Amino acid sequence: MNWLIAVLQTTLFVILAPLLAGWVKCCKCRLQNRKAPSVFQPYRDLLKLTYKQPVVSEQASWLFIKAPYIIFSATVLAATVVPLIAVDLPTSATADVIVMVGFFAFARFFLALAGLDVGTAFGGMGSSREMTISSLAEPAMLMAIFTLTMAASTTNLSFAIAHVLNEGLVLRPSFVFALAALILVAIAETGRIPVDNPATHLELTMIHEAMILEYSGRHLALIEWASQLKLMLYGVLIANIFFPWGIAETLSLEAFGYGLLAIMGKLAVLAMFLAIAETLVAKMRLFRVQEYLSFAYLLGLLGMLSHIILEASR
Amino acid sequence: MMNIEQLDFYTQAILSMAALVGLTSFLMLGQGRLLRLIFVFALQGFLLTLTTVLAAYSLDSHHLYISAVLTLLLKVIFIPWMLRRQVLKMAMHRDIEALKNNTAVMMGGASLMVFSYYVLHPIVQSSSVVMLNALAVSLSVMLLGMLLMISHRQAIAHVVGFMSIENGLFFAAIVATNGMPMVVELGIAFDVLVAAVLFGIFFLHIRTSIDSLDVDLLNKLNEVDK
Amino acid sequence: MIAVYLVLLIPLVGILYFALSGHREDSGKINVRFNGITLLATIWLAINVLNQGTIISTDKVFLIDPFNVYLIVLTAFVGFTTSIFSSPYMAHEKAIGKLSDGRLKLYHSMFQGFMLAMYLVLTTNNMGIMWVAMEGATLATVLLVSLYRTPESIEAAWKYFILCGVGIAQALFGTILLYYAAVQIGDGENALLWSVLYENADQLNPEILNIAFVFLLIGYGTKIGLVPLHNWLPDAHSEGPTPMSAVLSGLLLNDALYAVVRSKMLVDRATDSNMAGYLMMGFGLLSFLVAAILLHRQKDIKRLFSYSSIEHMGLMTFAFGIGGPLATFAALLHMTVHSLTKSAIFVTVGYAAQLAGTQRIDQIRGLIKTQPKIGWGLLIGTISIAGFPPFGVFTSEFLMLLATMHSYPWLAPLLLLGIGIAFAGLFRHIQPMVYGDKPEGQNPIKANLWPVTIHLALVLWLGLAIPGFLAHWFSQATLFISGSTPL
Repeated sequence: MNWLIAVLQTTLFVILAPLLAGWVKCCKCRLQNRKAPSVFQPYRDLLKLTYKQPVVSEQASWLFIKAPYIIFSATVLAATVVPLIAVDLPTSATADVIVMVGFFAFARFFLALAGLDVGTAFGGMGSSREMTISSLAEPAMLMAIFTLTMAASTTNLSFAIAHVLNEGLVLRPSFVFALAALILVAIAETGRIPVDNPATHLELTMIHEAMILEYSGRHLALIEWASQLKLMLYGVLIANIFFPWGIAETLSLEAFGYGLLAIMGKLAVLAMFLAIAETLVAKMRLFRVQEYLSFAYLLGLLGMLSHIILEASR
Repeated sequence: MMNIEQLDFYTQAILSMAALVGLTSFLMLGQGRLLRLIFVFALQGFLLTLTTVLAAYSLDSHHLYISAVLTLLLKVIFIPWMLRRQVLKMAMHRDIEALKNNTAVMMGGASLMVFSYYVLHPIVQSSSVVMLNALAVSLSVMLLGMLLMISHRQAIAHVVGFMSIENGLFFAAIVATNGMPMVVELGIAFDVLVAAVLFGIFFLHIRTSIDSLDVDLLNKLNEVDK
Repeated sequence: MIAVYLVLLIPLVGILYFALSGHREDSGKINVRFNGITLLATIWLAINVLNQGTIISTDKVFLIDPFNVYLIVLTAFVGFTTSIFSSPYMAHEKAIGKLSDGRLKLYHSMFQGFMLAMYLVLTTNNMGIMWVAMEGATLATVLLVSLYRTPESIEAAWKYFILCGVGIAQALFGTILLYYAAVQIGDGENALLWSVLYENADQLNPEILNIAFVFLLIGYGTKIGLVPLHNWLPDAHSEGPTPMSAVLSGLLLNDALYAVVRSKMLVDRATDSNMAGYLMMGFGLLSFLVAAILLHRQKDIKRLFSYSSIEHMGLMTFAFGIGGPLATFAALLHMTVHSLTKSAIFVTVGYAAQLAGTQRIDQIRGLIKTQPKIGWGLLIGTISIAGFPPFGVFTSEFLMLLATMHSYPWLAPLLLLGIGIAFAGLFRHIQPMVYGDKPEGQNPIKANLWPVTIHLALVLWLGLAIPGFLAHWFSQATLFISGSTPL
């Protein structure tokens, strides 16, 4: 029964991901005075792409064809780790943050390889940029997460969230910093403005889009879906770690219902903030991304320091 | 000493505010664009206002509301507005000041923070760690303000540094002693206001005399004549 | 008590009068009158205090004790004589086109503003208000330093503003710490009152007070001009109008030192260690020696004497740091004679600079031949400030030396050395200015040397014999500060 719920939760994750992407796009369009597409547009896009026959370059190796499946499944696996509507599920034994970061790294590795595989200029460029950014973003992310895990004395996401919940409303300075760091990292990792622009294929500064330029058909659909899933994962991570209220602690239908409503509400709000930020901020030059990420790292570090200095017992 | 979970909500909030105020000081230190510098300064003032309101609410002391309003008017609205106008008037909003040795300055800032803790450490014996934190943060905000003045060359950045020193002081006054007596607080606010107006006059004078607000050009007077 | 309100009210009326009425031909004379009336009020106040002892106003806002009342009178006196000097001096500056009516209006208004701030520093019982007034003094004078609007004067004013502002912020932090220590033993609203603090000083937390004192010393020490926080002082003195230099040197520095001494009295009561004293001695001696050496390298006559001010302030800080009745007595005496002498010197220097049309030492020559009055004034003033007998500066420096030999004999040679260096530094510059041939094209100017004469005569009198009532007064103040009488 419990396993069933765990599977259900992951399925929910996968199904809801395009909805979140659609909602962000919708908000953004409204803010920019454009006519918004339906919130369900991403589903239609994915459906359309799966019907189409993929075109694969003659030079492409097996890796190019396999990569979308690997990336998608790695991201789905990462999604199993993150508690979406309930904390005390059987998957929580493996719900370690480091495991999640590992899945992300795994997916990214294959994405970068796939970008390089065809041998086009854009693919290689995108891959190299992706690796640069991720090498800078990962320490910042880990730093932010370590701050959290130090407070909860565990690296297990599920336990950490339960800890935050049990503690009640405690305002920790370190969490404020960790939250800020995690938001910055999430923006960089999911390729949003100001680090990357998800809305265009035609910029020389593109990163994510450059790597997947050669993909089409269902391959493209899988990669797009994976990246939507990643956006949602980060959203859920931020929402559930720092504002865990509403998440189901008992395994009852009612609690799940509340949990689902709560997380959807939280994500909707987060997405609105994202849309506002993307409307207000201009994309950064590529060379300034390192400054941006080192700032995120600094925040993470400050979170850690303020945990040690301001909060620890003596 | 207790863990943070055992402290009351007010103290937790004050600690968070202290951390954020400290952060804004660091942000200012590394900021080469004047408009952003001013924005971060206003943000710091806003955090200060929040802290004051928080203190006023939790201690139920009415005179702190007055100082909160004063802070809001002076530090969040009037001074940033005045500085911003100067920047726009001088068409300096597109200039980015190349900060020399930014990394060294940042490291210096970090060591100043450690230094503040070191200086104030004896206090911990007679009061709580929370107090030490609050006072140390406000002292480091002051010292970082000075560092800001040393590391930047624009007169406007100097004013921001100067005012952020005041912010640090104010934070200490709110957190450690729940505000100064009302007369003193009014006096300080008056001084700050006059200082702000005087700075405005000075910008005008400096501009007409050296045609720039780069204080490195103010170098005619020396300790010993060359 | 009415006298206190009068002392504060008259300058306030002065500010408003000058600010609202605009500049008139006789503004200078009216300024003299304002200062004269204030002087009378302070004398009345002093007589009250001498008869009744310490006065604390009913709401405890003002505190007049033997220590500050004598500084109040000194402030009023120097302010009065300086305004006498300022009246023709500023008229001359206007006549040669350096200043406009509007600036003179600002000048007179802010002159009164500065005096108000000074009286407030001295009379208030509240350490917080003391800080506010001290900052107010900076704000009032900063535009006066840049009165001529030359690039140099604006630079000097900017430095003055920024350095003093930043410096004095440290003093506010010290005050906050003081308050923090005070609220721990109760009584929030009155906790910053000096009299309350002093009464309860032995209950205050010594650690916090020690830290607070360091900040107070740094903060007010910037205003005193203690090395290494002195950079603003020579610039501000040299670039502002001369009457301003006279009051800055003669009054502002004293008042800042007054604030430090007040803080020291609290700290000494609260702690057993002599940390405050050692700090003051260290800073004082350093300022004294550095300024004495820097005297040799000056080329601007006003800068020369502002370094001399730093030197003497260092000496006083040192003496207050030693503590003891003898050193305290010497420091109080030195405060008086230095104020009188230094403002007299600035007055003559102002005339000398007007005469030569420049402040550069190498262009001021043969004063005794051009205009003997100014030449002699400068010479006698310098002799006095360098510590020659029979002037009062000699007496106070001698007493300081005595106190040093008594408490810290190994520091006495340093003190002697510094006095020697400073003496040489002053005279190598003064001699060619006073003697030598009359340069071409420098003609006598209209000069009113009465303030100089009165000041120097007083200093001479203090050197020959300290009048009974004054000696009584000094010993009362000494008793109050150091706990025992010197004589």
